[in-house]
Amino acid sequence: MHALAKRIQETYPAGFIRAVEWRSDLAVTVTRDSLHEIARFLHEDPAMDFDYIVHVSSVDWPDDEERFEVVYEFYSIRKRHRIRLKTRVPERDCAVDSLTDIWKGADFMEREVYDMMGIRFRNHPDLRRILMPDDYLEGYPLRKDFPLRGRGWRDTFEFLDET
Amino acid sequence: MKLEDQRTTVYKVDPEHPESATLPTLRTEELLLNMGPQHPSTHGVLKVILELEGERIVKATPVMGFLHRGVEKLAEEGTYHQFIPHTDRLDYVCAMYNNFAYCRAVEKLMNITVPERAEYLRTIVAEVQRIIGHQFWLGTQALDIGAMTVFFYCFRDREILLDWFDELCGARLTTSWYRIGGVERDFTPSLLEKLKKFLDYFPPKIDEYQVFLEKNRIWLARTKGVAVISAEDAVNFGLSGPTLRGSGVPYDLRKAEPYAAYPRCQFSVPVGRNGDTYDRYWIRVMELYESVKIIRQCLEQMPEGPTMADVPSVTLPPKSRVFTNLESMIQQFKLFSQGFNAPRGEIYCGTEAHKGELGFYIVSAGGGKPYRLKIRAPSFIHMGAFDHMSRGYMIADAVTIFGTYDIVMGECDR
Amino acid sequence: MGLVQIGRHNKDGQPDVITTTVERAVNWARKGSLWPMTFGLACCAIEMIAAVSSRYDMDRYGAGVFRASPRQSDLMIVAGTVCRRMAPVIRKIYDQMPEPKYVIAMGSCATSGNIYDSYSVVQGVDRFVPVDIYVPGCPPTPEALFDGILKLQERIMQKRVFTKQPQQVRV
Repeated sequence: MHALAKRIQETYPAGFIRAVEWRSDLAVTVTRDSLHEIARFLHEDPAMDFDYIVHVSSVDWPDDEERFEVVYEFYSIRKRHRIRLKTRVPERDCAVDSLTDIWKGADFMEREVYDMMGIRFRNHPDLRRILMPDDYLEGYPLRKDFPLRGRGWRDTFEFLDET
Repeated sequence: MKLEDQRTTVYKVDPEHPESATLPTLRTEELLLNMGPQHPSTHGVLKVILELEGERIVKATPVMGFLHRGVEKLAEEGTYHQFIPHTDRLDYVCAMYNNFAYCRAVEKLMNITVPERAEYLRTIVAEVQRIIGHQFWLGTQALDIGAMTVFFYCFRDREILLDWFDELCGARLTTSWYRIGGVERDFTPSLLEKLKKFLDYFPPKIDEYQVFLEKNRIWLARTKGVAVISAEDAVNFGLSGPTLRGSGVPYDLRKAEPYAAYPRCQFSVPVGRNGDTYDRYWIRVMELYESVKIIRQCLEQMPEGPTMADVPSVTLPPKSRVFTNLESMIQQFKLFSQGFNAPRGEIYCGTEAHKGELGFYIVSAGGGKPYRLKIRAPSFIHMGAFDHMSRGYMIADAVTIFGTYDIVMGECDR
Repeated sequence: MGLVQIGRHNKDGQPDVITTTVERAVNWARKGSLWPMTFGLACCAIEMIAAVSSRYDMDRYGAGVFRASPRQSDLMIVAGTVCRRMAPVIRKIYDQMPEPKYVIAMGSCATSGNIYDSYSVVQGVDRFVPVDIYVPGCPPTPEALFDGILKLQERIMQKRVFTKQPQQVRV
């Protein structure tokens, strides 16, 4: 196992689920409740030192029991290593702890995940839609059950009736 | 508490004042100013709601998504090869680098090694694209701040390179020249000659741009000390590219995780000190010189050889063979209609585009289409720091701050 | 373009008499002073900028005075992908432009949505704004945009200003 993954497993045996190394990318899956704690450890531990947030993403696996996967990717500019931190979220309680208090850059990235996939981030300072308008009602576009052409919004021009 | 009550503060005249009974009560409130989405200096369709106290920005809320085209959703519907034209239109000023970043990501997923010559061709064209990107940035930023001459000079030289692209791939902006596993075609002798001529022509022109700006008092006043961000904050916000290096963080993926022909080239990464707009400008200008240097070295070192990896299950056959050879035609048809069979797994691959780290996170569930494709767009992430960087500056500086990120909305909204 | 008929003075042969119709003169003036609005949406905007800058210089066709305000402009070049979120803004800007106003849909996206057949992209700006000229290309080169502008100028010359526009042509 990768040294970084081993370190996480030793420090947080309860939160650690598994680590996969594929094509030289290290991905560590952790439980949802320990995500924030482990992220803080990654940021603050001198040997980890993940000071740079690369992206926040999400994947929809409709057939799985825990449907959504939230993916964080971190990089350490000083140590020059990379890690991907993943956690699973079920559909009925679609929320994870926000990491905006650790990396300020996570703010917009998490908003995008909320906008596109409908995953809520607890303790996020300003969790609103970011790319779609605030009053968009058709759902979350990147979910697998959302049709590519939407549900009719793009072809309705209600503003034409007003004038 | 209602919104109006929150923002409104009532200044009462000192009751001790002899005329206090007759003087009116002064009422001040913060002004909300809506900038965009139709504004000539927002570099596209960006809207920002500025909360102002007089002329000073108290809080800025970017409103994005006016160019949200659903590219990530569209990626899930097409094959890997079919996504290349979409990448052109992400950061449309700098299409080649987007192609490059995407092709590198898919190559990492498919574990393909690109032939040596193709690596050099890719590096040369990517650096030419970086020159175009920085020229465009310099021209528009100067125009926004009020120096019009630089804009015309930059566009004059940019046209030469766009013609070169036109000859290379038949398009000026949306190029789609990179392919998974290599490049679409080799340079012709005429292209090589034109590029060499340009390399001799260009460096004095960079000096010329600098002459217009570096002693221009307006330019200096509007860039020095504007939009300062400390190194810690810049890293914490996830900024990248010249925006990060301006704050003194020497993070460049070309050096940190070398790819293509960069490890075989000698070049330096300019790093700023003050983290202001001027430093970021200076870095971009210095990168123009560095790009010229890299292209020169690549042209000298470039070996002969194939320009496309020979992995028939993934890479496309040469176009000349498609029309004459049955197997090649079938291969081409199958690759475009069904795609290649990608293994299950997920990768992230970042590339140093001229704006910053452009990354692709691809999740494959097997089959010919990406299961999920996430684009790490530098413009989007830079906008996350807009509020932090604009507080305390004037309304007019907001334009400088958009510009300093080199923001392109196609990439920002995707 | 058939604007004027020039008469010659008997004495020195220099032209000094112009005969035309008022309608033609007005149209000629309108066509030579198209003021477009800076309204770049996406990729095509970059080519639109290139069309005004050093090499191409759109001013040669009288259409180079880009205005930032819709109140001062009479040509809207919709350059780029029209997203549904942007649609009300485009319509509002169109409504703010004074008559006579013209619209050029520049590029495949503004014409038909292009490859973006997705949930947020309007399939052509003509769904909510009348379009005079469509310029194909992705993005169209500056030359293509000029062609569109020249075509628009031809159209303007054919417009009736003081008389009623013929509704249909009888054979």
